[in-house]
Amino acid sequence: MDPFTTHVGHAVPLRRSDVDTDQIIPSDWLKRVERTGFGAGLFSEWREDPAFVLNDARYADASVLVAGENFGTGSSREHAVWALTDFGFRAVVSSRFADIFRSNALKGGLLPVQLPADVVDALMAAVEADPALQVTVDLEARELRAGDLVAAFPLDHITRWRHMEGLADIGLTLRQEPDIAAYEAVRPPHLPTTAPVA
Amino acid sequence: MQGAETQRETPMGRTLAEKVWDAHVVRRAEGEPDLVYVDLHLVHEVTSPQAFDGLRLAGRGVRRPDLTLATEDHNVPTGSLVIEDPVSRKQVETLRANCAEFGIRLHSMGDAGQGIVHVIGPQLGVTQPGMTIVCGDSHTSTHGAFGALAFGIGTSEVEHVLATQTLQLVRPRTMAVTVTGQLQPGVTSKDLVLALIAQVGTGGGQGHVVEYRGEAVRALSMEGRMTVCNMSIEWGARAGMIAPDATTYAYLQGRPHAPQGADWDAAVAAWDALATDADAEYDAEVFLDASAVTPFVTWGTNPGQGVALGADVPDPSSLPAGNEREAAERALAYMGLTAGTPMREIAVDTVFLGSCTNGRMEDLRAAAQVVKGRKVADGIRAMVVPGSMLVKLQAEQEGLDKVFTEAGFDWRNAGCSMCLGMNPDTLAPGERSASTSNRNFEGRQGRGGRTHLVSPEVAAATAIRGRLSAPSDLQEV
Ligand code: SF4
Repeated sequence: MDPFTTHVGHAVPLRRSDVDTDQIIPSDWLKRVERTGFGAGLFSEWREDPAFVLNDARYADASVLVAGENFGTGSSREHAVWALTDFGFRAVVSSRFADIFRSNALKGGLLPVQLPADVVDALMAAVEADPALQVTVDLEARELRAGDLVAAFPLDHITRWRHMEGLADIGLTLRQEPDIAAYEAVRPPHLPTTAPVA
Repeated sequence: MQGAETQRETPMGRTLAEKVWDAHVVRRAEGEPDLVYVDLHLVHEVTSPQAFDGLRLAGRGVRRPDLTLATEDHNVPTGSLVIEDPVSRKQVETLRANCAEFGIRLHSMGDAGQGIVHVIGPQLGVTQPGMTIVCGDSHTSTHGAFGALAFGIGTSEVEHVLATQTLQLVRPRTMAVTVTGQLQPGVTSKDLVLALIAQVGTGGGQGHVVEYRGEAVRALSMEGRMTVCNMSIEWGARAGMIAPDATTYAYLQGRPHAPQGADWDAAVAAWDALATDADAEYDAEVFLDASAVTPFVTWGTNPGQGVALGADVPDPSSLPAGNEREAAERALAYMGLTAGTPMREIAVDTVFLGSCTNGRMEDLRAAAQVVKGRKVADGIRAMVVPGSMLVKLQAEQEGLDKVFTEAGFDWRNAGCSMCLGMNPDTLAPGERSASTSNRNFEGRQGRGGRTHLVSPEVAAATAIRGRLSAPSDLQEV
């Protein structure tokens, strides 16, 4: 994961709520075994409509996606995050994220910026009025800034720290190996294994 | 879990979810997520290849192959069992190679143990009360029907579990859904959960582990409970759980991986202690009256856009201006529906009976009961896809396959099939289905396809009448 401290870029307004992962990356793309190259599949159905906002040349270099509430609802596919980052997004702003999407985003270097609905609305309107508006996502200060708008977003300090350092979770967990082994030693004997039974 | 930021003080009594959570904390440190042990890791071909690649790249192994179980389901062509699509085939072959390399038990296409990941766990008895169960699949919530804490994870977390058998999780909030009263005859657990989602909205459960409780929930069979828990994710809940009871134990006892002898007694004693304490508190509570629920169907493009089968397609202008109204307008345009049309007048092209929501024995039996002695309406493509090969075999032993094929249904092999567009079973653009699956998102069953979520009974009656219907709409045979 790439370290993330402060990102400055342009934003694109996606005025839809309940954007589900089947729209972010349609299931046909899930057959691939690679981790890269998903950007071409991002919103591929919606992008066929010339009026879809991602086809608007004014937002061509956007790296922050501003969306309606309940973004990323649906499946656990991390491919949705890979598609967004591969396309060039570094952050998504919404008033509410689906839990698994949010967790996947944090693993994949895409920052989910959760702000109150009225703040998201204001940002959406500002970006619609001025596509060239500079948007700053400041992870250190846990703050989003765009023009006059300054808004704090929540993120626990451990997650923030890992994001800023670009630390991978598995390596950190493996440092706790003795604790894991100690836990395993006292698991109740009635718990099943998946070893085939006669 | 990442949804909840706050670590809450545990009150005197604890809920079912809190008891299971506490029993699995490997390490807890102030201000950090808990390190939580995983008792069972289920794997399928779609969300695992990149995780195994990650392990290889880092030179790591699988910590507990004996707590890991894999199956092929999403890509399975349920007709021929021969994968023509080279990309799909490669994905399945990749799973086979990974399982062989890391020593993981795999049920492949054609094997009697194969099936949808959330159908085979319970069937084998590896899904048990009090366990933590994860899978790179959002409908892992299904296993919560047994009183397990079961939830979907992304591919990075799949890799984390393979390597460490743990996850770093922020403790979620708890919610109770108390369902009072009893379901009326002819009303199913699918109707119940669809009505619930219409009430609470697609994000209503976000950040919470939900416990379904109350009279109506206690009265459900294990299959019915699995249907309800399966759809927890459709209203945003991180997991859904039901406390284990005599119904749970009766289902489990004698299954291949269920405890035996003295282990069984010890297990039951431990499981009995899981129930939420009388003085425990939930962070949120929702109430639903089961006796008011009638057969329920969706009209839109998310599972919360549903109404009673007896109602009309809603009018977006009756909704508050803003998001909800815009979403309804867009959904009606996508679905090709006009406000005010009675739901019962909507004609379908395809009926799909299957998926991890409604592809189990009880679902097939209920639908066969409706279909028996009747014929599928002209021009309707109707298919039954058992959730596992064992379900298929058992149904054939009971003669259900004959009931379905004589009525004009197609009888398939086990897999995810038309639940999602990753195998040859798809809707063509503009085609409309009545489907017993769990998601009606745009294009979910194939590009441009239009999905109405229904119960097995409604699916069966719809196949016969050609329009969305309940069994009570059919003429006597
Ligand atoms: S049946 Fe559908 S929801 Fe269930 S695991 Fe398969 S694709 Fe997912």
